[in-house]
Amino acid sequence: MEDEVRVAVETDDDLVTARAEGRALAQRLGFQRPDPTLIATAISELARNLVMHAGQGEIIMRSLREERRHGLLVIVRDEGPGIRDVDAALRVGHASRGSLGLGLPGARRLMDEFEVDSRLDEGTTITMRKWRVRDELELLRERRERRQAT
Amino acid sequence: MSVAILRTGDYLVASIQSDLSDPEVLALRDELLERVGRLRALGIVIDVAALDVIDSFAARALCSIALTAKLRGARTVVVGVQPDVAIAMVHFQLNLEPLHTALDLDEAVALLERETRRKRPDGG
Repeated sequence: MEDEVRVAVETDDDLVTARAEGRALAQRLGFQRPDPTLIATAISELARNLVMHAGQGEIIMRSLREERRHGLLVIVRDEGPGIRDVDAALRVGHASRGSLGLGLPGARRLMDEFEVDSRLDEGTTITMRKWRVRDELELLRERRERRQAT
Repeated sequence: MSVAILRTGDYLVASIQSDLSDPEVLALRDELLERVGRLRALGIVIDVAALDVIDSFAARALCSIALTAKLRGARTVVVGVQPDVAIAMVHFQLNLEPLHTALDLDEAVALLERETRRKRPDGG
């Protein structure tokens, strides 16, 4: 059973929606404190970058369920101008228009995996994931529930 | 805007009621600075306990309130930063130096009392 939430991002109010949805999904997936807050903060940063530089785009949040770990995948996609120098944009203090250049590197530090795919004049897709290891108790409970279901 | 701004003695207390959008954060900044001048407030307390996320934009806005209010003669204390939010804020390597913080309103007022006593002509 995969969980997916899509948020169209165009205005400042959509940032508030996007981070609330991200937090809610993280909690549904069993992420413990402080992870839902870290995930919501990373989403907030990327959503702001999107509104600021591309004007509009989409955020897709999806559950990743593996045997030993659960994860949350976040895809932030736009068809904006693209990032000229991705490596520079990932460095702290690389200021762009209207920002201090903290958003991208900050978001990367808040998540476990972070990839930027950007093409000039075509758009930017940022994919990030956060994982949590499932402990023995959780696995035992799941096996028991599965047995009871059959 | 979901922020209540009250006046108590020489201080303004801004109590944020729910998550704020970026324009709402900036409106709060402008409103506080305007009132500092109009009411001759010596201190500002901002209660951020209702904020689930303080990202680089909101953190920067709080710092900018503190710095500009200081130029207008008022001290700013931020109270109620949630533990998880504090952990997230550290990741941004932002200079949070201008921010005075306290755990709750009582502590914030005590801090302002100490800070502003020196400034009053009658010695407080």
